[in-house]
Amino acid sequence: MTDTSLTGTAPRSETSTTGKVRASLGRRHRNEAIFRGLGLLAVLAALGFVAILFSTIISKGLPAFQQAKVNLEVYFDPDIIDVGPPPEPSAAQSPADYRAAELAWQRQLALLNWNSIVETAVREAAPEGFEIDTRQALSIVETSERHTLRERFVRAPGLLGQRVRLDLLASANVDNWLKGTIDRSLADSRQQLSAPARELADYFYANGIINMEFAWSIFTNVDSRAAPAAAGLAGAFMGSVYMMLIVIALAVPIGVASAIYLEEFAPKSRLTDLIEVNINNLAAVPSIVFGLLGAAVFINYFRLPLSAPIVGGLVLTLMTLPTIIIATRGALQGVPSSLRQAALGMGASRTQMVFHHVLPVTLPSILTATIIGVAQALGETAPLLLIGMNAFVAQIPSSPMDQATALPVQIFLWQGNENRNFFEARTSAAIMVLLGLMIVLNAIAVFLRSRLERRA
Amino acid sequence: MIAGRIDMTNAKANAVDDSTERPIRVAARDVSVHYGAKQALFDVSIDIPDRAVTAFIGPSGCGKSTFLRCINRMNDTIEGAKVTGRIELDGEDIYDANLDVVELRARIGMVFQKPNPFPKSIYENIAYGPRIHGLFRSKAELDEIVISSLRKAGLFEEVKDRLHEAGTGLSGGQQQRLCIARAIAVSPEVILMDEPCSALDPIATAVIEELIDELRENYTIVIVTHSMQQAARVSQKTAFFHLGNLIEEGPTEQIFTNPVNKQTQDYIMGRIG
Repeated sequence: MTDTSLTGTAPRSETSTTGKVRASLGRRHRNEAIFRGLGLLAVLAALGFVAILFSTIISKGLPAFQQAKVNLEVYFDPDIIDVGPPPEPSAAQSPADYRAAELAWQRQLALLNWNSIVETAVREAAPEGFEIDTRQALSIVETSERHTLRERFVRAPGLLGQRVRLDLLASANVDNWLKGTIDRSLADSRQQLSAPARELADYFYANGIINMEFAWSIFTNVDSRAAPAAAGLAGAFMGSVYMMLIVIALAVPIGVASAIYLEEFAPKSRLTDLIEVNINNLAAVPSIVFGLLGAAVFINYFRLPLSAPIVGGLVLTLMTLPTIIIATRGALQGVPSSLRQAALGMGASRTQMVFHHVLPVTLPSILTATIIGVAQALGETAPLLLIGMNAFVAQIPSSPMDQATALPVQIFLWQGNENRNFFEARTSAAIMVLLGLMIVLNAIAVFLRSRLERRA
Repeated sequence: MIAGRIDMTNAKANAVDDSTERPIRVAARDVSVHYGAKQALFDVSIDIPDRAVTAFIGPSGCGKSTFLRCINRMNDTIEGAKVTGRIELDGEDIYDANLDVVELRARIGMVFQKPNPFPKSIYENIAYGPRIHGLFRSKAELDEIVISSLRKAGLFEEVKDRLHEAGTGLSGGQQQRLCIARAIAVSPEVILMDEPCSALDPIATAVIEELIDELRENYTIVIVTHSMQQAARVSQKTAFFHLGNLIEEGPTEQIFTNPVNKQTQDYIMGRIG
C-alpha cells in the first residue's frame, strides 16, 4: 500500500474483476434464493403429508380404543344350567378318568343355552314392558360374550344360582350406532340394528348401562370374525414378536459376520466381486419374491408348518440380510486406515484388529442399520401372504411353530373386513400399535447409539 | 550423542565400516517392492546399526516409506504389494514362512505419520500391546509398564492425572508421544518412525526429536523424514532414496557435509525434491 508504484495498477485490475463479480452476484443470489425456496417447499410438503397421514390415522384410530360395554346383572339360572356339580377328583379315580369326566362336564356346559341367560339379563335391564324379540335383544351384546360367561362359570361353578354384575362387550353394531360411525338417518332396511335394538341401545347409553370404556380387549384378545367387537391384536402382536426375535437372532449375527468376512478377511477376487454385486442386487429384490422363495424352500422342501412365525422369521431374515450386510460393510469401510495400521503395527492379528478396534468403532452404525432393517422386516406384509400368514388365526401362538399372523398382515385383514364402519377404526388402531412398536424400536436404537458413542 | 559423533568421525566413505563399530540389527539385501505392476523399490541393500538412529531421506515418492514398511512387513497389509529380496533381523529372515508376523511386529514397533492413538483411554492405549502379547502377570505389573512407558516417552507428567481419559483428547504432539509410548510398551528391539513429526508444530517436533535422541540409548530407531534438518539433528546414519533407489548411505555427518553422489548433493542443496 505504501509503495506508490503499486497504487496506480492495483485499483484498475481490481475494478475490472469487481465489476465482473458484481455482475454475476445478482444471478448467484437469485439462484441461491430459488434453491433455498425449493428446499423449504419440499420440506414443508413432506411435513404436510406426514401431518395428514398421522392426523387421519389418529383421528380414525383413537375411537377404536374406546369400546361400548354393557353393564348387566347376570343370573346364572339353575334352571338353564342344569348339569349338576363339576366332578371332584377322588382317590378311586385315575387322573385320566377325572380329566375325562371334567371334559364331559365342560362339554355339557357348552351345549347349554347361554344365549337365554344373556337375553334375560338384557330384558331385565330394559325398561318395564319394552317390546323386543330374542334376536333383537341378543344383538345388543357381542356374540362372544356367551363364551365368556361359560368360561367364567367353568372357573367358578359356585356362581350357580347367583346374580353378578358384569361388564359385557356391546356388539360392534351397537358400538357403531352409539359412536355415530353409521348414519342414524338411514332407513330401517339399511340399518345393521333393528329399530327396537337401536332404541334400547340409546336407552342403555342414556342410563349409564352402556358405557364407553378403554378397549383393553384390543391388546388382550385375538382376532375374531364372528364377534368383531372382541377382535384384538394379541395373536398378531405375538406373531410379530416371534418373527422379530428370529430376525434378530439370525439376520444380525449372520449379516454382521458375513460383512466382516467379506470386508476384512476375504481375498479380493472375481468370486468376492460377484458375491458383492449379488448382495447389492438382493437388497433391491421385491419382498414378495422372498415370500415365494420361502414357500418353495421352507414349506415345500423343509416341510416347516404353514402360517408359522418360524417360516415368516426365516423369510424376513433373508430379506433383511442384504440390508444389514451392505450397511455393515459401509460402516467398516468408513473406519480410517490409520486405526487399522495402529493395531497391526502393535502386533495385533487381523482378528484382534477387527474385534478390538474396528468393530467397537462401527458398532453404533451397525446397530442403527440393524434396527432399521428389523423395523423394515416388522412392517413387511407381502412375503407373509405367500407363506400363509394371512390365515385367520384365533389363538395366541405359544411358540414360533404355531400358526399365527403378524401386525401388518392383521392390518391388511381388517382393512378388508366386510364390517367396514367398525373395522375402519380398528385398522387405524392397529396401525397406531404398529407405529408405536416402531417408535419403541427406534427409541431403543437412539438410546443404544448414544450410549455406545459416549463410551467410545 | 557423543557415541554417535565418535562413530561418525571414525567412519569411512562407505557405511560398512560404520557397522563394524556397532552390531547390525537389521540387514536388507536386494529388497524390491512391486505394487501390482508398478515397481516402487529397486534392489535396496542397507545395514541398520544397533542403538542408533538411521534416517531415510528423499523427495516424495522416493520409496523411503515403502522400504520402512518392509521392515515390519506392514506392506503385507496392502493389496497387491509384493516384496522380494531378504531382510534379516538379528540374522533371522523376517520373510521366512515360519516366522509369525505378529511376533515380528512385537519386536519391531512402528510410529506413523499421523498420530493414531486408539479411541480409548490413555491407559488402555499403552496397555493394549502388553495385553495382546501377554506381557504381564498382574494388574500392578501392567500399571508399571504403562507408567514407565509414559515416562520414557516424556508424557507421564503431562497426563498422570487423566490416564483414564480419552487418548484422542490430547494435543497432536502429545498424541504422537502417546503413540511412541504405546510402541515402547511391548519393549521392541527396533522402532520404525514414518515421518513422525510431519503433522506437528515446531515446538512439538523439538520435543519428539529430543525424545528420539534419548530413546537411542535403548532402541534401534529408523526414521523416515522429509526434513533434512531433522535427519541431520537426530540421526547417526542417513540413507538417501530417489525414485525407488537407494542412492547413498553413510554416517549422517558425511552425507550432509561430503556426499559422494551428485544426486545426493543436489538434494542436500535443495535442487531436487
